Amino acid sequence: MGEAIVITSGKGGVGKTTTSANIGTALALQGKKVVMVDTDIGLRNLDVVMGLENRIIYDLIDVSDGRCRLAQALIKDKRFEELYLLPAAQTKDKDAITPEKVKKIVGELKKDFEFVIIDCPAGIEQGFKNAVAGADKAIVVTTPENAAVRDADRVIGLLENNGLRGPKLIINRIRQKMLKSGEMLGVDEIVSVLAIDLLGIVPDDEYVIKCANTGEPTVMSPNSRASIAYRNIARRILGDTVPLMRLEDKPGLMTKVKKIFGLG
Amino acid sequence: MTSKHLVSIKGVKDGLVFKLDDQCNYDDLLQEMRDKLEKTHQRFLAGPQIHVHLKFGKRPVTEEQKDQIKEIIGRHGNLEIRSIDCVMPNSPGIVQEAAGITVKRGIVRSGQTLHCEGNVLFLGDVNPGGSLTSSGDIYILGSLRGMAHAGASGNEEAIISASHMKPTQLRIGSVISRPPDEWGVEETYMEFAYVQDGKMEIDKIHHLHRVRPDLPPQP
Repeated sequence: MGEAIVITSGKGGVGKTTTSANIGTALALQGKKVVMVDTDIGLRNLDVVMGLENRIIYDLIDVSDGRCRLAQALIKDKRFEELYLLPAAQTKDKDAITPEKVKKIVGELKKDFEFVIIDCPAGIEQGFKNAVAGADKAIVVTTPENAAVRDADRVIGLLENNGLRGPKLIINRIRQKMLKSGEMLGVDEIVSVLAIDLLGIVPDDEYVIKCANTGEPTVMSPNSRASIAYRNIARRILGDTVPLMRLEDKPGLMTKVKKIFGLG
Repeated sequence: MTSKHLVSIKGVKDGLVFKLDDQCNYDDLLQEMRDKLEKTHQRFLAGPQIHVHLKFGKRPVTEEQKDQIKEIIGRHGNLEIRSIDCVMPNSPGIVQEAAGITVKRGIVRSGQTLHCEGNVLFLGDVNPGGSLTSSGDIYILGSLRGMAHAGASGNEEAIISASHMKPTQLRIGSVISRPPDEWGVEETYMEFAYVQDGKMEIDKIHHLHRVRPDLPPQP
């Protein structure tokens, strides 16, 4: 029996879909059998980020309405043997499915997969209720902005009301320079307000935008900093102890030389 | 909260005891009473004459509220109210309750509201977007980042104190203050807010005994 994890945030645009795609792919990289479920009905994106848009034949609503079998709607990833996507419908809206039906579908998927990653839509209405219905665990994504932290806080409260205790936190798009100058909320500050366990921090990386546009998950590249951050997060989900990423840039040669001479 | 029974019915030697929740909204209580008597427990309550004992717990009930309950029970011919156990408003029991402190803990997150009657000691944080309200004083052992409203029923003698105070808004009685706009400080530690001459003031907690010599009230 697998584990269903919902990725949520409350606020839009903080990187839920990117996080879902990268955690899903990173878990597949670790050899796990993973399915990603897009519950953002009407505004589906996960297929685009994964580069699987043109392979969609059936979607979540087709499954729930009985127009196809669950296995028919699953899209196999082009890179991994054991990574699948269940896309959302683009022509319907959030009311096209009920939490009970999502719960049933996720329950079916848990029998065949080790991880079911559920990408939640923004907001706290019907779409949110659908997404959290079948989940065993939750990951809350936020960015170091007051508005995003406020919404994350609201969502944590709602998750707890839905019986999803102890959600984990990912702080996305951290900018080292702004953090240093104190213009951006600090990691410690956010964690102390939200009072939940930190699963990982992801630095702001232009490479992520490039990847999303080409339909290639960031984690596929072994060099980008965001990629390493997502790989670390996947390892923590699997139970490994991985220290938090150091945000400072690696010291350059000149800095090292200066240090030797006691000038740094 | 909704899953908790507001009305619990227990059988005793000489009839039934209706134990009524003393924290919930009174209308919710009446509604559940009606539901229980008319729907779920209808069959079980029909039959021979049964004596009923009502227990209101710590809820202060007025005569009018009692009549409402009596009326609901009275619709069932076989139920006869034998005793009503409650504290009267303004009875010594209530005063004692107000003088005491309700202790609550947890986190009041954005979008959540916690209301308490009387003085409250809150162990935990109140986050931005969350609110903690009380008819008496508010003491927070933790961070107050959201809204706190003390003396919500109009008591401007009430105070709000917190180990870490960085509120979005403070209200005491009908006085509203927006720190840091008004105080010129972002956050304070171990301070308390009170109302003086219709204006909200803030001071170090060790000055509390000067500003409100009678606080906290002795039980």
